[in-house]
Amino acid sequence: MAEKLKLLSGNEALALGAYHAGVRVATAYPGTPSTEILESIARFQDIYAEWSTNEKVAMEVALGASYAGVRTLVSMKQVGLNVASDPFMAASTTGVNAGLVVISADDPGAHSSQGEQDNRHYAKLAKVPMLEPSDSQEAYDFMAYAFDLSERFDTPVLVRTTTRISHSKSVVEVNRSRTVPAGPVGFQYNVQKYVMLPVHARLRHPLMEERLIKLAEYAESTPLNQVIWGERELGVVTSGIAYQYAREVFPKASFLKLGMTYPLPQNLLRHFASQVKRLIVIEELDPFLQENLQAMGIEAAGKEFIPRMGELSPDVIEESSRQAGLLAGSSSQQTETLPELPKRPPLLCPGCPHTGIFFVLSNIGQRAKAKDKTPKDSKLIITGDIGCYTLGAYPPLLAMDTCACMGASIGQALGMEKAGVSKKLVAVIGDSTFLHSGITGLVDGVYNRGQITLIILDNGTTAMTGHQEHPGTGISAQGKEANKVDLEPLVRGIGVKDVRVVDAFDMKALRNSVRSALDSPELSVIIVRGACSVRVPKRGEPRAINQERCNQCGICLLLGCSAIQRQDELICIEATLCVGDGCAVCQQLCPRQAIGPQSKK
Amino acid sequence: MEKLDLLVTGAGGQGIILASDIIGETAIASGYDVKKTDTIGMAQRGGSVLSNVRIARQVWSPLIKKGEGDLLLALEKLEAARWAHYLRRGGIAIVNNHALPPLSVSLGKSRYPSDEEILNILKQRTDRVYFIEGTHCARDLGNIRTLNMFMLGCVSLFMPFEVQIWKDSISHRLPPNLREINLAAFEQGRKEIQGASL
Repeated sequence: MAEKLKLLSGNEALALGAYHAGVRVATAYPGTPSTEILESIARFQDIYAEWSTNEKVAMEVALGASYAGVRTLVSMKQVGLNVASDPFMAASTTGVNAGLVVISADDPGAHSSQGEQDNRHYAKLAKVPMLEPSDSQEAYDFMAYAFDLSERFDTPVLVRTTTRISHSKSVVEVNRSRTVPAGPVGFQYNVQKYVMLPVHARLRHPLMEERLIKLAEYAESTPLNQVIWGERELGVVTSGIAYQYAREVFPKASFLKLGMTYPLPQNLLRHFASQVKRLIVIEELDPFLQENLQAMGIEAAGKEFIPRMGELSPDVIEESSRQAGLLAGSSSQQTETLPELPKRPPLLCPGCPHTGIFFVLSNIGQRAKAKDKTPKDSKLIITGDIGCYTLGAYPPLLAMDTCACMGASIGQALGMEKAGVSKKLVAVIGDSTFLHSGITGLVDGVYNRGQITLIILDNGTTAMTGHQEHPGTGISAQGKEANKVDLEPLVRGIGVKDVRVVDAFDMKALRNSVRSALDSPELSVIIVRGACSVRVPKRGEPRAINQERCNQCGICLLLGCSAIQRQDELICIEATLCVGDGCAVCQQLCPRQAIGPQSKK
Repeated sequence: MEKLDLLVTGAGGQGIILASDIIGETAIASGYDVKKTDTIGMAQRGGSVLSNVRIARQVWSPLIKKGEGDLLLALEKLEAARWAHYLRRGGIAIVNNHALPPLSVSLGKSRYPSDEEILNILKQRTDRVYFIEGTHCARDLGNIRTLNMFMLGCVSLFMPFEVQIWKDSISHRLPPNLREINLAAFEQGRKEIQGASL
């Protein structure tokens, strides 16, 4: 049936699969490459979907919903599971009531992450089953299995995807419709199962171990694991996107494709190994499958030649297999050297409300350098955080010195202060990130009499991941009116006395407020408020440069605004990119008043 | 057609992902298997964007191997040069003759390659290079944002799908108020490439 074939991303397919499996509650915090799972499922108005404050809260809300008897989905990026790991481990211990499925979207290659973490280890750590789809069809199909497994074995189920699964689109035959399992909604009191006092936790542990044994038995016969027989010279054990690459590189080999990668089917693996002359494991990142095989005493090569760092691709597998002697012939890769071309990294957008404050910090910290000026030692230490504003670390702004994980900026600044550094400390964090995990850091700073300056960049959205709502926007994930958490009273309520709110596009006010906060002997908070230019495209009259007045000093270029370009030795503003009146930050900077509205050029 | 591997590239914000989505949907509607994958996330903010679209009776990997792309559609010419090595020998490159200088060029830290250098890089792979005045034509059509559909019109002539299926896919993906101008851009692109010389 042609009308049932859809071109879906892995994330869209996961959402549709979960919806058809009868999910009634879905929670998440945005994070690339997982964000579109909740965005897609939130469009179904007959379920409840929320952006939670952070992944830990998302996991806890999901756990509560599962206890209450409804099938629940919680999704996050790989580092999100670090944040949620406490309730995730607890969920494994208590088990579930209705099905609870946890999606972790990993990011091999760190396309949009602070690291390349292999979350398959979490399945082993938490003693829960793990499924890994290898395309959008499986992403859709596996959700039905995941919820059944969760209920049948009384366990949360981890579904692990990667960027290349979540963000690739492939054809999905939508062969189910929504069915909600019949069963009462409500909490059944059971102290031994749900109250993890040590005495109860000790009783749960043997149940968890027993569960793993039963799951391993299930793994032997589940259709999630497939043997595809080809020639018996080479056998490949693989899963996820690596399976697709391996099929392409070794079209004639035999495959054991694992859709369930924890616990592993020992007998099936042994049988497969006995039938092939040479056994290899092709997997992205860590030797997770390979080490499990080796622990079973099955001889398998893999990470001796397949890289454990970076994303795999057919090119990478082909080249490393050739070097290992698995493929004959010389390299098909071109021998010509690639030309050196200017890079095009992501940038803060024209009209970005973060540009002005970063320029001020760069300037006060003596970082921004016009051409031919000698660099000075910076006066500030700027601890940073996760969001679009991390791009402020790039030249020419150079206005960020650390970025570790969500919410870390505040604790890091405080730690440096307590360590005794003499320079002024500024922590920079976005509104969504502050609400995610900055609040507790600020409480620490107030309690322990910190003197740092905290700048909250309030653009009214979660911009980096594609403009999701958060508690500060007053709108829910499903586009409904919600309660708005106001930053200013929140910060004051924690006990900060020196709080100011500044317009993100008023350069004078930004400069004055930063100076005064740096001089203040107490902890100061500056809320820099300005809407994201991508989300609120208020395009006024573009700025233009009066070339008679301009002396090419290049100060405006230090904003790093992509609308300001040097073309044929003249500095110009690209009118199609400039957002105009709502920004005009460059106009406020120009020492020769050469920048103004296009019509008054 | 046994297989068609296509690369779509440009700078973030030019509408590359929409264009490659429409290619994918047109291929499915024409009875093929399709996989496509894009660089998104950090690359959204004006960075270099590359979309891989693979069309065949059965597709395994969504990623195209270097030197195996049949078609390269570039909405910006530096990006055409950047990804040229993915094109097979004798493949076809369709390049919008328009430069968006990266910031490092404006700051004087790097140099934008000359037209001759870009052509030489492409010629190492293939002689079938079309330079198209896409930005110019889109502006003439009255909306610079139709550039992606104009360029899609150009590349559509090298793909074995019926015009009506292309148009249905475009109409399906665009809001009603933007359909007409984008369909016009697509038509204009088809005409432009028919008159273009290598």
